[in-house]
Amino acid sequence: MNGAIHITLAWHDWLNLFAHYMLLSLMSLGGAISTTSEMHRFLVEQHGWLSQAQFNDSIALAQAAPGPNVLFVALMGWNVGMNAGSTSAAFLGVATTMIGILLPSTIFTYQVAQWGHRNRELRPVRAFKQGMAPVVIALLLSTSWILASSAGGSGYHWPLWLLTLSSCLVIWRTKLHLLWVLGAGALLGALGFV
Amino acid sequence: MTSPPSAFEHPRPESLLDLFVAFTVLALQGFGGVLAVVQRELVERKRWLSNEEFIEDWAVAQIMPGPNVVNLSMMIGARYFGLRGALTALAGMLAVPLVLILLLAILHARFAGNAQVAGALRGMAAVSAGLIAATGLKMSVALKRNPVPLQWCVAIGAIGFVLVALLKFPLAYVLLALGGLGCVLAYRNLR
Repeated sequence: MNGAIHITLAWHDWLNLFAHYMLLSLMSLGGAISTTSEMHRFLVEQHGWLSQAQFNDSIALAQAAPGPNVLFVALMGWNVGMNAGSTSAAFLGVATTMIGILLPSTIFTYQVAQWGHRNRELRPVRAFKQGMAPVVIALLLSTSWILASSAGGSGYHWPLWLLTLSSCLVIWRTKLHLLWVLGAGALLGALGFV
Repeated sequence: MTSPPSAFEHPRPESLLDLFVAFTVLALQGFGGVLAVVQRELVERKRWLSNEEFIEDWAVAQIMPGPNVVNLSMMIGARYFGLRGALTALAGMLAVPLVLILLLAILHARFAGNAQVAGALRGMAAVSAGLIAATGLKMSVALKRNPVPLQWCVAIGAIGFVLVALLKFPLAYVLLALGGLGCVLAYRNLR
């Protein structure tokens, strides 16, 4: 299997994973994708529960599949469980990461949404909403950087950087459907150009 | 906001099942993100929301932590059926796509040894990185109208990028410190 590693997870590791995703849930102000760099730090660098290839594949597969982008979190949980040795652990991984990433934020959002809607003209509400914007954008660019710099494994691989840069320009500047760009990336990769 | 009182009665979901099916259908159309599909399906086709309502809900969904479209679906569901509606919309958005993506993961594990499959995913990962950067760039246009002065925005953005992407600082500290600075600057400049 691609980049699979073998790990052993004790109960406190599962709890640790759950707690970490609950924390990330409350920090995911730009959407779940903005906390990707933190997931990478935790799963790949700090604990070694996920290989670099599995990390990248989780995000790439979720982008290629229908549904909200947050499902990449389910794939990370799935892969952590598979690394721990079984399909049932993989389902536990999906439940742990998905419930973790969704529970705190959805409870919070449900409670606050109506209040925020009624008070959207209040100065502190507007200050929070707009004041977070620069750092949220920085997080998106950081996520992109981490993904791009690890897509080729270790070492500098200029065709992948070129592909990242040109797809960024195309998506930023044109209205071309994302599927075409993803398809082109898949084709270039399958043919061995990147 | 000067949104006019709704001049006409909105159509509305008939039942929880109707709500669930609607969100499942739109989630399944969203490759690489669902937001654009939500707008087209719920505002233009079903007319459950006016465009103004949609924009206001979207703003709140973005302020809140959590996946934005998940927040948005919950808020829309809650409007019609309370907590049951919120949970139904959430389930519609996630249940079927989750099953699909796990099937994909199993297929992928089986074919991952294949050089073409590995190459295709490597190519798509590079494109995903570009997509995320493009989203950031699109959002950065809004900084011109931000109450935080532009040079502060650039400084906060650059420091945040260096800390998170290059120095691998934990996100919580960066969000608290730089986000807090942004909020204070915004508060001072808002009237």
